[in-house]
Amino acid sequence: MAAAIRARGLEKRYRTVHALRGVDLEVEQGEFFALLGPNGAGKTTFISILAGLVRATAGRAEVMGHDVVTDYREARRRLGVVPQELVFDPFFTVRETLRIQSGYYGLRRNDAWIDELLHHLGLTGKADTNMRRLSGGMKRRVLVAQALVHRPPVIVLDEPTAGVDVELRQSLWAFIRQLNREGHTILLTTHYLEEAETLCERVAMLKDGHIVALDRTEHLLGADSERRLELRLSPARLPEALKGRLIDCDDDRFCLALPDYGELEAMLAALRLEGIQVEELNVTQADLEDVFLRVMRQP
Amino acid sequence: MLGFVTLLQKELLRFWKVMLQTVAAPILTALLYLLIFSHVLEEHVQVYPGVSYTAFLMPGLIMMSVLQNAFANASSSLIQSKITGNIVFVLLPPLSYGEFFLAYLLASMARGLMVGLGVGLVGLVFTDLPLAHPVWMLAFALTASAVFSCIGILAGIWADKFDHLAGIQNFLIVPLTFLSGVFYSIHSLPTFWQTISHWNPVFYMIDGFRHGFFGQSDVSPWLGLAVMLPLVLILSALTLLLLRSGYKLRH
Repeated sequence: MAAAIRARGLEKRYRTVHALRGVDLEVEQGEFFALLGPNGAGKTTFISILAGLVRATAGRAEVMGHDVVTDYREARRRLGVVPQELVFDPFFTVRETLRIQSGYYGLRRNDAWIDELLHHLGLTGKADTNMRRLSGGMKRRVLVAQALVHRPPVIVLDEPTAGVDVELRQSLWAFIRQLNREGHTILLTTHYLEEAETLCERVAMLKDGHIVALDRTEHLLGADSERRLELRLSPARLPEALKGRLIDCDDDRFCLALPDYGELEAMLAALRLEGIQVEELNVTQADLEDVFLRVMRQP
Repeated sequence: MLGFVTLLQKELLRFWKVMLQTVAAPILTALLYLLIFSHVLEEHVQVYPGVSYTAFLMPGLIMMSVLQNAFANASSSLIQSKITGNIVFVLLPPLSYGEFFLAYLLASMARGLMVGLGVGLVGLVFTDLPLAHPVWMLAFALTASAVFSCIGILAGIWADKFDHLAGIQNFLIVPLTFLSGVFYSIHSLPTFWQTISHWNPVFYMIDGFRHGFFGQSDVSPWLGLAVMLPLVLILSALTLLLLRSGYKLRH
């Protein structure tokens, strides 16, 4: 079975920027995959190469086994892209826009599916409204619908929830999850790391055009998942016995490693022994944001 | 195939939905030229025996409108899509560059010819216009509109902002059309300028088109066709090559 997305040695140089420096990536069919990275890391360049909007300087990319340059028509038929920019054609209504987009993919009578898309995206009431008259969030929904008119097996969402209200974000994810359950492969880039954490099975992190982390989401979290005990103490000093566990401290706050809840009692006993009072106590666990920040800080 | 038909329909709808600006306005402009020039020159100029100046002017004005609007359609559609970013809607689907080219070409020709037809029909209110050789008339209308549609596509691909297009419009399209015999016969020019005019392809478009109406022209329509056909082929090939390379559209 061909990979949904396969990139080999993908490189892109612009005149002054080296956006991608040899990216190898494989996304299996049916995966819900996150591509994360700070601004300018190369996420959009990567997506644009898949979509044929940008040509790679070196390397190759395939969508469902079809090369995006030499076999571009078959590759594009299998790919639906929700672009990051809020773009629209001001000459047409929502339904016209979706009918035209269907036509580009060679689909003549697509209204049943268009109606379903409108329903899932909460656009039914806006079908005959001109694109110019829609709010930003509504335009975003139409972009999602446009990317899905041809039921592509591979769906790429480039920051789909930027500037979108909570209600739409949730209904959008419910719909995308349903598509994923039906077998569509989803590639997502987002700045909201909690979205990637809850939705995506695997995560790749891009930095300066390199992939710096690539693993299953739970493994990535596991790598950084030592529990931490945050304490505010009075007086603000740490017993000798606990100094080995210190990760971080400022003023009267101390952050200690807590690999096992079983050790909590012994740690508190050590404090009592020295007559140190606990004024505040928190147990925290790393989330994807911590992992992300740690990976991005590495030189 | 349906992809091409859809893109063509979309391009036709795009100008048709704002026809006041894209069709009616240029017809009015041409009509004003007709009224003013014919009023001033009707008594003083006769280019061909038995043809009034107003009648002589008509084919020139029709052709000028065809050319300017064929150019304007593709170029403004592409630059608008590039600037607003909605060009991605036609770049993401599996349209071949041939389909892309033909759709923009035919839609632009359609707008040019539609405006030309409008100018002709309204002009008939003011003067009689014979139609000696309809086939010549059509041959030049089609090839000339194709040439300027190609130039419009090329300009739309190349331009990064509206200023660039205005530059091409003002420094290339308008001089070429005005200095081509829209308003006069080049035989009325000094020899030097006659020679220069023979290097202007628009001269052959207007002269050949005029031949279709009056059966008289400055040069043989066959010579005009011999200029036009290679021009259509060369510009089409150039546009297709540029689209295939992804120049300015796919970075």
